[in-house]
Amino acid sequence: MEQTKPAVAGAKASGRSNMFRKEYLGRTVVTICGLFIIVLTLAIGAFLVYKGVGTFTIYHHSLLEFLFSSDWDPSSSGSSGGGTVGAAIFIFGSLITCGLALLIATPFSLAAAIFITQISPRLGSTVIQPTIEIFAGIPSVVYGWVGLTILVPFIRDVFGAPMGGYSVLAASIVLAVMIAPTITTVSADAIRGVPSMYLEASYGLGSTRWQAIYKVIVPSALPGIVTGVVLGLSRAFGEALAVAMVIGKTRAFPSSLLSPTTNLTSAIASDMGNTADGSEHNMALWSMALLLLLISMLFIILIHFISSRKEASGK
Amino acid sequence: MNSRASRSRASDRFMTGVFYCVGGFFVVLLVVLVGYIVIKGFADMDLSFLAFDRSGIGNQLFNTLYLVFLSLLICVPLGVAAGIYMAEYAKPGKLTKFIRICIETLSSLPSIVVGLFGYLVFLLMTGATWNLLAGAGAVSILCLPLITTTTEDAFRALPASYREGGLALGTTHWQTILHVLLPACVGRIITGVILAAGRGFGEAAALLYTAGQSTNINWSNWNLLSPTCPLNPLRPGETLALHIWTMRTEGSLYANSTEIANFSAAVLVLLVFAFSLLARYISRRMAKKSSGQ
Repeated sequence: MEQTKPAVAGAKASGRSNMFRKEYLGRTVVTICGLFIIVLTLAIGAFLVYKGVGTFTIYHHSLLEFLFSSDWDPSSSGSSGGGTVGAAIFIFGSLITCGLALLIATPFSLAAAIFITQISPRLGSTVIQPTIEIFAGIPSVVYGWVGLTILVPFIRDVFGAPMGGYSVLAASIVLAVMIAPTITTVSADAIRGVPSMYLEASYGLGSTRWQAIYKVIVPSALPGIVTGVVLGLSRAFGEALAVAMVIGKTRAFPSSLLSPTTNLTSAIASDMGNTADGSEHNMALWSMALLLLLISMLFIILIHFISSRKEASGK
Repeated sequence: MNSRASRSRASDRFMTGVFYCVGGFFVVLLVVLVGYIVIKGFADMDLSFLAFDRSGIGNQLFNTLYLVFLSLLICVPLGVAAGIYMAEYAKPGKLTKFIRICIETLSSLPSIVVGLFGYLVFLLMTGATWNLLAGAGAVSILCLPLITTTTEDAFRALPASYREGGLALGTTHWQTILHVLLPACVGRIITGVILAAGRGFGEAAALLYTAGQSTNINWSNWNLLSPTCPLNPLRPGETLALHIWTMRTEGSLYANSTEIANFSAAVLVLLVFAFSLLARYISRRMAKKSSGQ
């Protein structure tokens, strides 16, 4: 008994240093990496808030002016200020293009999702699903390029649009094609999640396939479909270059679908490089970036709200 | 009653037709779109476009590959480690939930916002000018959530017997992760990394103010300087995706900028396709291998 005691203690000590190499070191490293994600996210938020509130704290513009005034004439050099920073045109441009894009994309995406899951799962998984995935993989700049090369001249020639076809319509169509894969994929997953007995029960009641789809399948998959639509909307809001290429970047409220306008992301993309750091114009652009961040977080909260309500109603 | 039933049968047949049309529309649209991009790109091509100088896109192609390589160097170790933490060590609770929300926030951030963050942190705060490393940093922020979730999913999809087998041999949890679980996940993680690379190739908005645009690059230095220069991560480096943007928006300074943009788009699309096919091939092979066991 007395002889083994020191040996056990020694084994314990070396076991501790072994355990450090065998377990604690790796565990610590991966834990730090996990926590790094929190640090990174908070840092992005903090830096954007820090830069974005400058418009209101340094240059003393009111939030109401920024959101609802269309009077945009910030001074872009020095730190004198004295201009106006009404971003309503940019905000309206983002809202109208994204709204129209949703109107165009949702019916097509929903139909494609129904086709994949209900009409022909075989064709869906071999042809339509890969097609949608390829659409999702095409870089956004290429969509902008296609819009500029095909869509803009087409709108100019067919509809006789002013400003050579650069228009709200062109931007909305480009965005619609870009967000369709997101809506389709998420909706298809939601429809797949509908219990098969729902479908069997409605067939049992003598309904046709179409009746089962629009009276049973779509309503019960609705929370998932709405999630897909919100995800698509969030992607459309954040899209910068593809929209900037076709929207015309004209600072005016659009008078029709065929007239050009501008939006938040195009303004940031095209003007950030031409303004002196810390100037009123520069600060206003940072405020727009902060607004984009807040909108994208709002969408996340919305999705969580939808899925938590779905869980609550499922119980 | 009878007419009502036949009416609903008719509308059922009609709607089935509509669904086939929409499905077909997507396929036709894709074929037309990709066909147009590739044909247009190569039809207008001039041999000088292949050159590694001002008139060609060779430099941009190299920059694209090099930038994505750099960003993977940053985000793969970080993402895989964070994924391992989430799958193996994170206890269910407030902290884990918060990390999940952070991952979700990161993955839905507009890329231009990430670009501005990179511009602020990597350039304004360090006093540097546009450089590839800053661009790689911005792209890795965009790829990080994708790699983290892929790794976590891969670990979670493993059968519990792997973990139990490792632990039963007397290894620690970490040793089991390193020697048993991680090797089993490599295939799926590689698929995720390739998909992330595909996203990196196409990224432009995040690079606008980090990696720099051609207007700020003196390309004549590129060939004249020593071979260390192209690999210097602290030089401005415009990528293919950004090149399309500059050529089509402020490219009027260049001769045949439209044709260069067309060709760049074709090359970029083919590059992205090649990578997504590679990812598909690897994941299919891995699936076959694991099902064959």
